[in-house]
Amino acid sequence: MTVNGQEVTADVEPRTLLVHFLRENLRLTGTHVGCETGYCGACTIHVDGQPVKSCTMLAAQADGASVTTIEGLAQNGELHPVQEGFWERHGLQCGFCTPGMIMSAAALLAENDNPSEDQIRHGIEGNLCRCTGYHNIVRAVEYAGAKVRGEEPPAPDWEGAS
Amino acid sequence: MTTKTTTRITPAKGGVGESPLRPDGVPKLKGTFEYAQDLHADQMLWGATTRSPHPHARIVSIDVGPALAIGGVHAVLTADDVPGRATFGLEHPDQPVLASDEVRYWGEPVAIVAAEDEPTARLAAAAVRVEYEVLEPNVDGDEAERRDDTFRRMRIRRGDQEVQGEVVVDGYYEVGMQDQAPLGTEAGLAIPDGNGGVDLYATSQFVHVDQEQVVASLGLRPDQVRAHPTGIGGAFGAREDVNLHIHLCLLALYTGKPVKMVYQRSESFTGHVHRHPARMWYRHHANRDGTLIRVEARVVIDGGAYASTTAAVLANACYFSVGPYRCDSVSVDGVGVRTNNPPCGAMRGFGAVQVCFAHEAQMDKLATELGIHPLELRRMNALTTGDHMPTTGQLIETPLPTREVIDSLEAMPIMDDGPPDDVTQLPGGTGLTTEPGDVKRGVGYALGLKNLGFSEGFDDFAQARVRLTEEGAIVETAAIEVGQGLVSVLAQIARSGLGLSRAVVKHVDTSRIESAGSTSASRQTQVSGGATLEAATKLRQRILDAHGGDDLNDSGVWRGGELVVGIEELAEAGWEETVTFRHPPTYAPDEDGQGVVHADFAVAGHRAVVDVDPDLGLVKVHRVDTSQDVGRALNPESIRGQIEGGIMQGVGLAIMEELVIEGGVIKNPNFTDYLLPTILDAPDVEALLIEEDGSWGPFGAKGVGEPPTISSTAAVAAAIRDATGRPVTRVPVRPQDIAIG
Repeated sequence: MTVNGQEVTADVEPRTLLVHFLRENLRLTGTHVGCETGYCGACTIHVDGQPVKSCTMLAAQADGASVTTIEGLAQNGELHPVQEGFWERHGLQCGFCTPGMIMSAAALLAENDNPSEDQIRHGIEGNLCRCTGYHNIVRAVEYAGAKVRGEEPPAPDWEGAS
Repeated sequence: MTTKTTTRITPAKGGVGESPLRPDGVPKLKGTFEYAQDLHADQMLWGATTRSPHPHARIVSIDVGPALAIGGVHAVLTADDVPGRATFGLEHPDQPVLASDEVRYWGEPVAIVAAEDEPTARLAAAAVRVEYEVLEPNVDGDEAERRDDTFRRMRIRRGDQEVQGEVVVDGYYEVGMQDQAPLGTEAGLAIPDGNGGVDLYATSQFVHVDQEQVVASLGLRPDQVRAHPTGIGGAFGAREDVNLHIHLCLLALYTGKPVKMVYQRSESFTGHVHRHPARMWYRHHANRDGTLIRVEARVVIDGGAYASTTAAVLANACYFSVGPYRCDSVSVDGVGVRTNNPPCGAMRGFGAVQVCFAHEAQMDKLATELGIHPLELRRMNALTTGDHMPTTGQLIETPLPTREVIDSLEAMPIMDDGPPDDVTQLPGGTGLTTEPGDVKRGVGYALGLKNLGFSEGFDDFAQARVRLTEEGAIVETAAIEVGQGLVSVLAQIARSGLGLSRAVVKHVDTSRIESAGSTSASRQTQVSGGATLEAATKLRQRILDAHGGDDLNDSGVWRGGELVVGIEELAEAGWEETVTFRHPPTYAPDEDGQGVVHADFAVAGHRAVVDVDPDLGLVKVHRVDTSQDVGRALNPESIRGQIEGGIMQGVGLAIMEELVIEGGVIKNPNFTDYLLPTILDAPDVEALLIEEDGSWGPFGAKGVGEPPTISSTAAVAAAIRDATGRPVTRVPVRPQDIAIG
């Protein structure tokens, strides 16, 4: 398989999960394990451009696939618009859910670069966050959508507030 | 207690009052931030834990042979291998490091193993053969209380105990067991130093108290154990108690190799303490005009098998059992019982959450009985600066803007646009079970009060060091960043204290600095922030004095409009200042629960708007608006982050989050069955920050982490009552409580 554009070859046990292969074999620890049951989404990556919870997939199933993890999202030293949005709009606190959130949001924007708030919420409903209450995550994705479309991001909604 | 004069803010870019971008943002966004789960050392082994499958049993024998026989297993340790103190505990060391003769809760650690990889370690942990004689678990709090099997009893008596109100309302309320459910589970790495000592990197809210407990149980000198602050995926109280810390150090020193351990999610649910389930009986007396005359309460919380912080949680529940209201006749009896249920301890709100649900239900009941608007009743009785705490009698000297909170909450536009058009936004969600015409909308209010910092005479202090270096100012601290933004706010405080725009926070281990205390009780902004401000302002003054300067800024020291010493020269000189900050002293209460028990208070109010499907008993929380007393908003956007996240946890407790315990066994230790709010459950939030000078925190700041979680649950419950007319005496509210009543 290729991971973040690099060819990777390894012999793995049939039972090895893709997330463990990424974290333990390749030491790409930005992909997190939050629940092991496919519920929290902290392990979300892209496989052939599609968002996948990598704890629900065997490493062997990714044979020949093109895998992108959070470490491969920034290009040429520039943050991906979704990464920038999460920073600019305070979309993270502890940050543990953040890589998975970003990968889900990036996949959403790749399909629809101008999602409504409802579409954003439905697009990343498979990712849990315990810190933020999700409000700033929605704002972060709106920011990123504007950047992807080449528009000025909407002003932060706290400006002018008390 | 005297109120301190608020320190002048020295202008500096990125100082207090701004919301600078998180300094840890880029590594967290790029996946390069190192969480405890991500740690790695060469030759590292993996640890795993053998846990009791019974909530109560006598251990007849432990055979480690089958586990040791597995290839790749380096160690299997039991209680016999603990060289020092056999027990640990945050307040009372009553919990075995490894159970020896008896197990007292489901999932209690019995043995630990180290092996060459994680699967082998888990295989070996499962292969340890433990013979149990199963005993009947005591899971009944009443029975425990009858037997006086308790961690603490509280008794509060204030004022005339014979007085009666013209109107009396009674109520009985229950709160279920909530889990902190931080997204990152418990994890850590211990590395032997080759000289009999060990370095520990593990999930924590309080590294110095971890270090003390490791030292005691390993029988080492204090200088042989260094606990390092480490990246963690959330905390919310779950990281205050030791869990894998001593185990990791035992395994590392036994094997002579680094040992790593990561709890699985199911294990995490048994590996940390939970929010105490509570049962509460209340009687409120008022006069016809709405004046609160007397409050009587009985509060029972279940501490589970071991002490953890049950004694302090119980005390808090009792101290805040009346809420932010004046009342001169109070009687509260509380008990924290010991059972074979899962141990409970700290979770955001720390006892104030449970009683808030009850006292706010009572206030609403009174309002209905008296025919007064719920907010008006609260305003009439609002507790404020210059009043005495209804429970302890303590004079409230710091600002307590309860009336401002109520007034501003009332003035916020309700934005009640009726149930949404999108049917997936109705109570049944994407299940599409709800007919739009059946939806009942309700609005509810609640106020909550809590102490900030540690209370009851605890010596609560934090040390911080501010150094000038070529990188700018560095704030050294052992205070833990749990996600709340400590790394931002301490740097902002340093900038505003020094008058310099370059400052970063650097975490250092327990050997390099004294304790910062726990990242809990909403205290680090005030206490570590207080130490940082004092160190920064002292350092600024010392530098100015040394050079006869009248100003210090990013260029250097100035005198009469001329630069006299450049910033590079200052950096080379190695200026530093270390300060240990203590908040105003508190004292243990007397036998009636009276005294100056707390250092500061914060009040918040919430207004919830809910949609309910009364037939199916389903609830959608539409929005939660809030007004919160913050003293001074040092980083408004971080505060909003705390408010929005805290409300989400409060909504979770109101309608979905509960650990289901049957016979001492957790039936839902996973994210499929323990329901956490998703982005589709998240209500809109409008937040007002009420600022007032006068608290002893830096620049008058108050802690902000807990208030959002305290009254949001009660407000949602009130809104459900408003929508349905059901009594809603228990949270989480279950469908049958609404549909059947």
